[in-house]
Amino acid sequence: MSSNNGSALMKPLRDVGIVGYGAYVPRYRLPAREVARVWSGRDAELPIKEKAVAGLDEDTATMSIEAARNALARAGIDPKRIRAVWVGSESHPYAVKPTSTIVAEALDIVPLTQAADWEFACKAGTEAMQAAIAFVGSGMADYALSIGMDTAQGRPGDALEYTAAAGGAAILLGPAEESLARIEASLSYVTDTPDFWRRAHAHYPSHGQRFTGEPAYFHHVTSAAEMMLEGMQRDPADYRYVVLHQPNTKFPQRAAKQLGFRKEQFETGLLVPVIGNTYAGSSLIGLTAVLDEAQPGDRVLVVSFGSGAGSDAFSLEITDAIVDARRRALTTRDYIARRVEIDYATYARFRGKMLMK
Amino acid sequence: MSVARSWRTRRQRYSLVGERCEYCQNAIFPPRDVCPHCAEPAQKEYTMSGRGTVYSYTTVYDPPAGFEAYAPYPVALVKLDEGPMVTAQLTDVGADDVRIGMPVEMVTRKLSEQGDEGIIQYSYKFRPRWEQQAVAA
Ligand SMILES: [Zn+2]
Repeated sequence: MSSNNGSALMKPLRDVGIVGYGAYVPRYRLPAREVARVWSGRDAELPIKEKAVAGLDEDTATMSIEAARNALARAGIDPKRIRAVWVGSESHPYAVKPTSTIVAEALDIVPLTQAADWEFACKAGTEAMQAAIAFVGSGMADYALSIGMDTAQGRPGDALEYTAAAGGAAILLGPAEESLARIEASLSYVTDTPDFWRRAHAHYPSHGQRFTGEPAYFHHVTSAAEMMLEGMQRDPADYRYVVLHQPNTKFPQRAAKQLGFRKEQFETGLLVPVIGNTYAGSSLIGLTAVLDEAQPGDRVLVVSFGSGAGSDAFSLEITDAIVDARRRALTTRDYIARRVEIDYATYARFRGKMLMK
Repeated sequence: MSVARSWRTRRQRYSLVGERCEYCQNAIFPPRDVCPHCAEPAQKEYTMSGRGTVYSYTTVYDPPAGFEAYAPYPVALVKLDEGPMVTAQLTDVGADDVRIGMPVEMVTRKLSEQGDEGIIQYSYKFRPRWEQQAVAA
């Protein structure tokens, strides 16, 4: 078929789409005002309303399993036909021993499958999705499962503690003709930018303050989005929905407006005010909230961001299959509505926050 | 649980993989060599739906090693819709909110950790069935 011809856009040899999707958000919520009460003792400007916190018996593996079960319920395929289980996260339970084999075993996908953990800060999940598109698009597999999931942690008292949250989504890729959303094109845009990092033996991440905004988040997200629009010869108005990586409430809103999108286009997938920044899960769980509501024919633009730094962009078109598929599992809003508020002391116990560095 | 035993039982622990007897059709969990209902040997693999009800329960205040962080926590005898009875921890529910007859569903969760350097055990637990869960306004 066609070669890429040096275009910024990536398109596989055979057409690929999303055949199943599923979200997971744990039930506990830590209000940002509670973090402010403990650390600043005054009314600081709060970056979100509240964030989702994992229970004591939850981690990236268990949350991935539930999200993937939802994705499989929607796809209705035999799990043995899945040839890749790829989990993107910066909070894998083990430093050495894949999360993906645990997920593959629990979903009865083993043994004839690829299994690997992906890392690229907050875009590890979309990185896995790019690879899954290629895996199906090349014909090496009929189905490939990509997951973005995190139980993110901030150093006690650090700005990130308000937003670092738990949750994410599983996206099952398959042949476009069976899909609920067709992948029209994708692209990846990366540079070496020192905005955020965590060294191998450190518990908490560090960030280069002056790098987090303009040169990191805004540059990569808007460049990837603009190049996608240009490559597709489209305007923002051609998309019914846009989902951007959401580290806080302000950044994605400002980036979306800067690109020419209106509130009606970004509010459905903007979940950070009520669940926090789910890192590798952030843009993908925003996408699941959109898939829960989108209509056949709607177009969706998704742009992730990962520190270090880079963005993946995906242009999607919703198909008729969405209508039946979305009923077969819990929606993202179902998970968001299940909510038990906790105080800082309970949070500290859940997250084992005795370590100050 | 030893690493070897944990590995051998992983499928039943992660996703309630049991058996269904080819002779008397009863569901069997955990899997075993001989059907407990009719004593016939050959069994067919069968994955339980994960839905059931609380048959009885207790609260553990003095937990065994590896479970200290969770105490106090509820443990229940759950009667699966397919018939078998399993003992399991309940999760996503306070000890005070459990009652006999409560509909529950299986989730895969962290069971215990062998210290900071050992293996993490994952296993089935049960939570209140979704429609029963607390949803705050
Ligand atoms: Zn029998």
